[in-house]
Amino acid sequence: MHRSSEVKHVASYLNTRGCECFGQPCESHCPVLTDRTIHVQLKTFIKIRVKPDRTGVVTDGVKHSMNPFCEIAVEEAIKLKEKKLVKEVVAVSCGPQQVQETIRTALAMGADRGIHVEVSGKDYETLGPLQVSKIFAALAKKEQADLIILGKQAIDDDCNQTGQMTAALLDWPQGTFASEMTLEADKLKVVREVDGGLETIKIKLPAVVTADLRLNTPRYATLPNIMKAKKKKIANVKPADLGVDVCSRLEVLKVDEPPQRQAGVKVETVDDLVGKLKEAGRV
Amino acid sequence: MFPACRYSLQARKCIRALKVVQAEHVAPQVYSTRCSSSTVPRITTHYTVYPRDKDPRWEGVEMERFADEADVVIVGGGPAGLSAAIRLKQLANQHEKELRVCVVEKASQIGAHTLSGACLEATALNELIPDWKERGAPLNTPVTEDKFSILTEKYRIPVPILPGLPMNNHGNYLVRLGNFVRWLGEQAEELGVELYPGYAAAEVLFHEDGSVKGIATNDVGIGKDGSPKDVFERGMELHAKVTLFGEGCHGHLAKQLYKQFNLRENCEPQTYAIGLKELWVIDEKKWRPGRAEHSVGWPLNRNTYGGSFLYHLNEGEPLVALGFVVGLDYTNPYLSPFREFQRWKHHPSLMSTLEGGNRIAYGARALNEGGFQSIPKLTFPGGMLIGCSPHTHTHNKSAFFTFLLTIVYSALFSFQSFVSFHSPAPICKELTVASQRAPSCLSRQFLDRISFGVGLDSAQLKPAKDCAPIEYPKPDGKISFDLLSSVALSGTNHEHDQPPHLTLKDDSVPVAQNLAVYDGPEQRFCPAGVYEYVPLETGDGMRLQINAQNCVHCKTCDIKDPSQNINWVVPEGSGGPAYNGM
Repeated sequence: MHRSSEVKHVASYLNTRGCECFGQPCESHCPVLTDRTIHVQLKTFIKIRVKPDRTGVVTDGVKHSMNPFCEIAVEEAIKLKEKKLVKEVVAVSCGPQQVQETIRTALAMGADRGIHVEVSGKDYETLGPLQVSKIFAALAKKEQADLIILGKQAIDDDCNQTGQMTAALLDWPQGTFASEMTLEADKLKVVREVDGGLETIKIKLPAVVTADLRLNTPRYATLPNIMKAKKKKIANVKPADLGVDVCSRLEVLKVDEPPQRQAGVKVETVDDLVGKLKEAGRV
Repeated sequence: MFPACRYSLQARKCIRALKVVQAEHVAPQVYSTRCSSSTVPRITTHYTVYPRDKDPRWEGVEMERFADEADVVIVGGGPAGLSAAIRLKQLANQHEKELRVCVVEKASQIGAHTLSGACLEATALNELIPDWKERGAPLNTPVTEDKFSILTEKYRIPVPILPGLPMNNHGNYLVRLGNFVRWLGEQAEELGVELYPGYAAAEVLFHEDGSVKGIATNDVGIGKDGSPKDVFERGMELHAKVTLFGEGCHGHLAKQLYKQFNLRENCEPQTYAIGLKELWVIDEKKWRPGRAEHSVGWPLNRNTYGGSFLYHLNEGEPLVALGFVVGLDYTNPYLSPFREFQRWKHHPSLMSTLEGGNRIAYGARALNEGGFQSIPKLTFPGGMLIGCSPHTHTHNKSAFFTFLLTIVYSALFSFQSFVSFHSPAPICKELTVASQRAPSCLSRQFLDRISFGVGLDSAQLKPAKDCAPIEYPKPDGKISFDLLSSVALSGTNHEHDQPPHLTLKDDSVPVAQNLAVYDGPEQRFCPAGVYEYVPLETGDGMRLQINAQNCVHCKTCDIKDPSQNINWVVPEGSGGPAYNGM
């Protein structure tokens, strides 16, 4: 949906997956672009197409970037660090070599160090929220994290599951769809965007928070910071090192393009409309 | 390390709000005060037209930039820039010297703004990276068949291609240049070149003596109305001993450099063409990998220069790259290069290939057409122009260029500043042979051009009243398409809340001149639908609407605007098309 009448084209979007951040408090990558309110503008405009063998979409050569909701999560973590409420921010991503670039962007925004959980090839193609949340849970325990911030959902698969599953695996409280977050001693006040409006909850740390669009406006990763980020450390870890099995329990049967939208039909009178509905067997 | 802000962000906001309240009557108005007679809605808000030091909204904003030093800074991560970077690093490693080479590129990833036919002659690549095959360079389609035709409305007249003629492409490769550029980027990184995609060079920096000091990247966080946002950040300065400008055809910094150093005083004006391209997945039965087809003639008339290409690529699926080139010295303001392209595809000889196929990509870019006599002086104190930025065809790939680079390299290591270097007139075979623009050599216009020279492209348009509108067929949605769905395929986007980067020197000129005299040719020559004349909200008259987000960075408007009022400047880095192997 576009607010501006100037933007003429609408397209589908692709975003990096498995870009999750950990922190102390941490941030997580959030998927971008909520489709919930009309204030949001569609951001990434890469046209994706289905692979000829219908097993997925073509990702070769397509730009992978940080999930926009995850950018918001990273920003929130950096803000907490700037307020001196947290000591260290760690950015985590699961995926092949190219996610290192995304971690670097997080480091350029202000994260202290990164962790790259290497998942590539077939494993990466089938990597889903359950495996990612298992990895996060394991890392959280290892790093002794106090707060995990993730994006509410990834804009490529729209699952909206990782944050919730991570909290469940760790048995931690969760504040999802956060549009506001305040740290008060060892409790976290989270204002959640729910269908009926806004819900404010107080949860104890350690906790998991997933970021929604209105939490903040992420800062730009400026070039001097990108250059500095090259010196920050990114540790490489394998899922097996964490004791996590990334085998998927789901099998994708097929992927299809959405059906072509059919042209509508204009009718002159209400009787015409009823007639047409009856014809289509809808009435 | 960072320039200390004089005020905190909140304080700045407060001060700004106060200033706006106090100075509202002198703040930039909705209606431009530049025009004399009527009120014109404000279109341009960019600081290159409305300087920030005079703008009350910018008072108190920290404008100091962080600066860093490199040995060589290269503007543009295309074939020219990356080859230069690779060669420099190779020389440095050979001589065991440290050399910091930084490449800034406005696209979000290397190759995303690259668009070309393309038919690559591998001689230069063989020199640069002899083991390119082992390293996996994506040159997968050697040319096996050359077809050249003259098209009429219904028929195709084949023209035999004899060895020795420029259109003979045997030994060359059909490539997806974007993928090749991406591969070059990987090679460059391996050698230690610092690549920074997503950061555009917005400004050239000069020493006190007038020589080039380096560049500054774009500022970010400026709102659509030209005011600073909360996330405003200054770009950074990259200083270098030598700065190479490889922005491609009609680069915006190159334009400044022509003026600054009078680089064009002893050459003919550059002329251009616009190339529009699509990628199609076609029916396997029609696929002939290795075939390179070119045509001239229909649908262009005798007075309009241009032609087409269609390359059958061998990349695993039945993919063809096809496109249409129209010389930008055309005279009829009703001509639309995009629609000529779309209707060319309906030629019977084309339909047979495309029927049952699927279009998967679209893009456009201006290209140099001027030939040998339009090459400006390439070097100036502190740097030089490389690739298409100054001249035609072979970007970095001429022996002459390697020669120049060696000079650059030795200048760096003799610790001399790279002062004005007069290049000997290059008699390079590659520079005069048309490798990618096969049609040109046969066309009469080209021959005219090299003998008599033509003036500026922007001055060639005739007034609309002297020309006949062209009746273009409606797109059928299967072979030919409308503009907006094509633009969507280019994947182009820009941060919406930034000043439009298609800046106008004078906001009143489009309606007063372009629309009045030429019927708004920018509505037709822009391949992305950026320019639209829409009725004013008050009801009487029209105004120009600039849909900056659609821009595909082709530079055609900057070239062809008859009033030369449009100045394309670089938008926030990462904006622009998202071409994938174009």
